Amino acid sequence: MQNLNLSNYLAFKEILRNRGRFLLIGLVIALITLLVLFIAALGEGLGNGNREYISKLDAQLLLYAEKSDYLIASSRLERNVLSQVRRVEGVAGAGPIATSNTAVILPGDEVLKVSLLGVEPGQPGEPPVVEGRQLSTDLAREVLIDRNVVVRTGLKVGDTITLRSSQGTQDEFYTLQIVGVMDGQSYSLAPSVILPYFTWDRVRPKSEAELQRLAYTTNVIAVRLNDPEQIETVSARLQSQVAGIEVADIPTAIANVPGYTAQQSTLQTQGGFTLLIGVLVIGGFFQIQVLQKVPQIGVLKAIGAANQVVALASIIQIGVVTTFGVAVGAFLSYLFSLSFPPTVPIVFNGTTSAFAVIALLLIGPIGGIVSVRYAVRIEPLKALRLA
Amino acid sequence: MNNYPLEVHNVIKTFKSDSGVINAVDDVSFRVRAGEFVALVGPSGSGKTTMLSILAALLTPTAGQVLIDGQDLASMNDSRRVTLRRQKIGFTFQSNNLVPYLTALENTEFMLRLNGNLNKLGKLRSQELLSRLGLSERLHNLPSQMSGGQQQRVAIARALIHNPSLVLADEPTASLDTERAFQVVQTFAGLIHENGRAGIMVTHDLRMCQYVDRVLQMRDGKLVREYTTPHEITALAMGERVDEAASDYNLTR
Repeated sequence: MQNLNLSNYLAFKEILRNRGRFLLIGLVIALITLLVLFIAALGEGLGNGNREYISKLDAQLLLYAEKSDYLIASSRLERNVLSQVRRVEGVAGAGPIATSNTAVILPGDEVLKVSLLGVEPGQPGEPPVVEGRQLSTDLAREVLIDRNVVVRTGLKVGDTITLRSSQGTQDEFYTLQIVGVMDGQSYSLAPSVILPYFTWDRVRPKSEAELQRLAYTTNVIAVRLNDPEQIETVSARLQSQVAGIEVADIPTAIANVPGYTAQQSTLQTQGGFTLLIGVLVIGGFFQIQVLQKVPQIGVLKAIGAANQVVALASIIQIGVVTTFGVAVGAFLSYLFSLSFPPTVPIVFNGTTSAFAVIALLLIGPIGGIVSVRYAVRIEPLKALRLA
Repeated sequence: MNNYPLEVHNVIKTFKSDSGVINAVDDVSFRVRAGEFVALVGPSGSGKTTMLSILAALLTPTAGQVLIDGQDLASMNDSRRVTLRRQKIGFTFQSNNLVPYLTALENTEFMLRLNGNLNKLGKLRSQELLSRLGLSERLHNLPSQMSGGQQQRVAIARALIHNPSLVLADEPTASLDTERAFQVVQTFAGLIHENGRAGIMVTHDLRMCQYVDRVLQMRDGKLVREYTTPHEITALAMGERVDEAASDYNLTR
């Protein structure tokens, strides 16, 4: 206990009397924190833009067409597959998810690109609304819009939106009524607009060939299970009882969203390297600091300060400087995040940020460990040039 | 009560080098009384710094016995030696004496803090001691705001504040001008006499010997001569040849 008091005394006196030096390294850590948190938030934001709709699905499995390699855009399933799926034991509900992209025409002819998703009302695939009501029937001229669309356009429940959609060689405009607003439901890096399946099929952009051919297909089918624990069993049952499908759980489905894994691993690598730079910067700073203090540490040891006192004082300084830097960096990140428009894909997720903060708090001790070891090994005789 | 805070019996310290075994300290014995200030002199390589390191419990002798307040250093582990240094020994060094981020008062109080007995009385004693050393205006100055002589005086205060049995000074005047050097050693000697400590000063500068009670002269690791009478010591300090041993020095005055 006395050693701890002594270490505290030495550590804080030194910080107090060398404020400039410690403030500088604290600010360097703050900047590293800012960078790491922004990279994490960018990863979260971009990841969210890709996976948000899928990750929030009220379903445990996604069914793709056989050999589609879990690519939603290249999977095509006949609608009759749905009824087969629903008959499989263990399946509580199944709904189609049909995807395409189009543009919403806003007042002033501004265009907002959105993901147009066709779903069956009341079935997995239709997200819950936080305002207004759910879709009513398969044919209703109704849409649910994403909160991101509300933020960007100011549209609200009861308003109508106009979709521009290419039908063969012509542009058609469809007016639909907004009946509900969902929380964030981005898909394919665009906010989503959810329609009843048949309405979707009517308004979705089509090629000339598609216009001539009436075939109700969906991209994938979302499956909700009676017992989410039985995911393996029901997957195997679906594979054996329904022809022409491949089954993926939600994490597999997300990992197979085009570009998602590459994007996330790139950002994680960047974050990792930034942390590594942090370790080197802090390690370098404290090592130089200890090298400058060799005679002083020698005197302390010679007059009777135990090794633990010297080591603890260094550890306390490293802890204080790192905590200060991370706290300032986190606060700066928060301030900056307030100033970003909703179009910037930056999302501060609690878990990811907490993980980044813990990693940042560890970089100090990891970086400083060499210097603490060095300080402990200083021999007073050599430090005082008595040897 | 033991009247000799420091006893050295037949101490030998050998080092191995490329050219063989070197006897840095070769069968040295002496004792220092409480209240006695002793100078350890000798040319470079004579073994006086090695001797001081052994007395400071920073170096273990190859053979022989060192007793501080009757406690044998050889029987102690590292942790007990650290405690002994903290409680029984006071130090001043050539340079880099003080903790640079502590004020004069904090540096002095630090020895009491280190021993876990810094209280109001200790704080008051620290202030008084620094004032006696002429530093009453410098109590709250950092080492960087003081001259070399003032820093040495703070180091002396730190070496004495916790009432150690033995006070060791390694070339305390090395970085001082002549006038300051005399002041510092005179003050040091006065405090050692007054407080009844055993003091040992390693020095190159024989002029400083005029303030000590005894001079031990080393050469090639051996204790070659003791100067005990005031006449001998004064003669040595004044640069008069007492015997051939004094020719070890190049006195530049």
